[in-house]
Amino acid sequence: MTGSIAAIGMGIAVIGAGIGIGNIGSKAMEAIARQPEAVGDIRSSMILMAALVEGAALIAIVVAFLVA
Amino acid sequence: MGKKFILIKLVIVALFFGSSLTAQQHNHDHSGHHHDHSSHDHSGHHHDHSGHDHSGHDHSGHDHSGHDHSGHDHAAHDHGSHGHHGPVCGVAHDDTFDAGKTAFHHISDANVYSIGPLQIPLPCFLYAPGTGWDVFMSSKLKFDKIGHGDGGKAYNRYVLDGGSIRRVKDASFPMGDVSISGFVHQDDGYFVCHNNKLYETEAKSTADGGLFGGGITSFYDFSLTKNVTSMLIVTFLLSWLFLSIARRYKERDGMAPKGAQSFMETMFVFIQDEVAKPFLGAQYMKFLPFLMAIFFFILGLNLFGQIPFFGGSNVTGNLGVTMVLGILAFLVTNFSGNKHYWEHILWMPGVPAWVKTILTPVEILGIFIKPLTLMLRLFANITAGHMVIIIFVSLIFIFGDLGNNMGAGYGTAVASTLLTLFMMAIELLVAFIQAFAFCILTASYISAAVEESHEPH
Repeated sequence: MTGSIAAIGMGIAVIGAGIGIGNIGSKAMEAIARQPEAVGDIRSSMILMAALVEGAALIAIVVAFLVA
Repeated sequence: MGKKFILIKLVIVALFFGSSLTAQQHNHDHSGHHHDHSSHDHSGHHHDHSGHDHSGHDHSGHDHSGHDHSGHDHAAHDHGSHGHHGPVCGVAHDDTFDAGKTAFHHISDANVYSIGPLQIPLPCFLYAPGTGWDVFMSSKLKFDKIGHGDGGKAYNRYVLDGGSIRRVKDASFPMGDVSISGFVHQDDGYFVCHNNKLYETEAKSTADGGLFGGGITSFYDFSLTKNVTSMLIVTFLLSWLFLSIARRYKERDGMAPKGAQSFMETMFVFIQDEVAKPFLGAQYMKFLPFLMAIFFFILGLNLFGQIPFFGGSNVTGNLGVTMVLGILAFLVTNFSGNKHYWEHILWMPGVPAWVKTILTPVEILGIFIKPLTLMLRLFANITAGHMVIIIFVSLIFIFGDLGNNMGAGYGTAVASTLLTLFMMAIELLVAFIQAFAFCILTASYISAAVEESHEPH
């Protein structure tokens, strides 16, 4: 039964990361639409930020794996 | 346009046939695979084998000649009494297909290299306190050339279970060359059959924190495993590529790049201009070799692991490998950290003292969390990609009910081929993004460590 509870925790962590990365993506799209010439800078900062948000979710996922 | 379309169709058809062929191969393997074959010969005992339909499977491919069934004294065993209590040698156990187990088996490291269904032996370097070094090719443990890498022999208590070296726990197990008759996998452990008796085997000796069935074991496996082999192949390929391109630059000095040169130059200049220069400024040349090495090593291994039927080695999805990469990033960051960097970690200027008592522990934790997330990000992304592809292929066996429902199996094969194709396209993207993300994050950590103070003193 512990396995399924860990899976729920993992799901909650992924919801948070999903909201975060979704926000980053939408704002990046808006920024690119407003300033198409800055697309290169915006894209690399977008990936950097998405990677940072993802890091938090990954720690949650690994903890869920370990307790499962 | 028309030509292109036909080509794409041909590729899809070829992939479909490929996957249905593998489907049959797996089908055959997974149902017949972990059983102790001696159990099928004895009609007299109490086990009900009617539930196991083996009629559809061609067992002729298995070499049974090595197993001596006649020597077993079955009269001495009371099969009725221990039929369903715990693992028993000769009992065909759980016959259902476990997609999760299959996925973990395929993404973990092994002591054989598999190209399609073909298993290629690799050298093993094993050390155990007491018995010392054992060096041999994994073919010494007699696994089938076409199969799942289950050894038919034990050597000095080492057995080959599903392509991986394990060691028998029981010290009374005979040393030297010993014939074994099968493997039993249960929830409470992995067992090997010898003389109709079960011996528990230890976990694989891999430093992955026990995530993939590895852990602290009584033996050390320094073998040239599948992952190490892939790593050597990729290192060799990259060295060859870069040395030949460097030579080309000397020869064609001042001329436009040509062939592979122009392809690599694009990526090289991209990392230099988008990662190194913006983050590291004037000092970028000092760290460029490190960033380039990290980027191309990860990219090469990510792409190498994507090649279907060619090992599919999950090197960058191995915690040990990503841990070393993370440690390298950690060392480079902290050894190049200047006074300004350490001041901000240990005694942040410009905040009240009571805030510093909270801030300093958090900042010190941050030093370690940064490489930890680097390690986990790469590991999780690549592992997840490999697993999703394997699960999509597994859908064929789940819906096909292990060959009992061939129609559904073929139907699912079409859908799962398309899904797998889609997933592989995404994985190609992820291979680049993860290499880039690792590189850009390392650059940003280094830049935080080397940048000079902004505020005037």
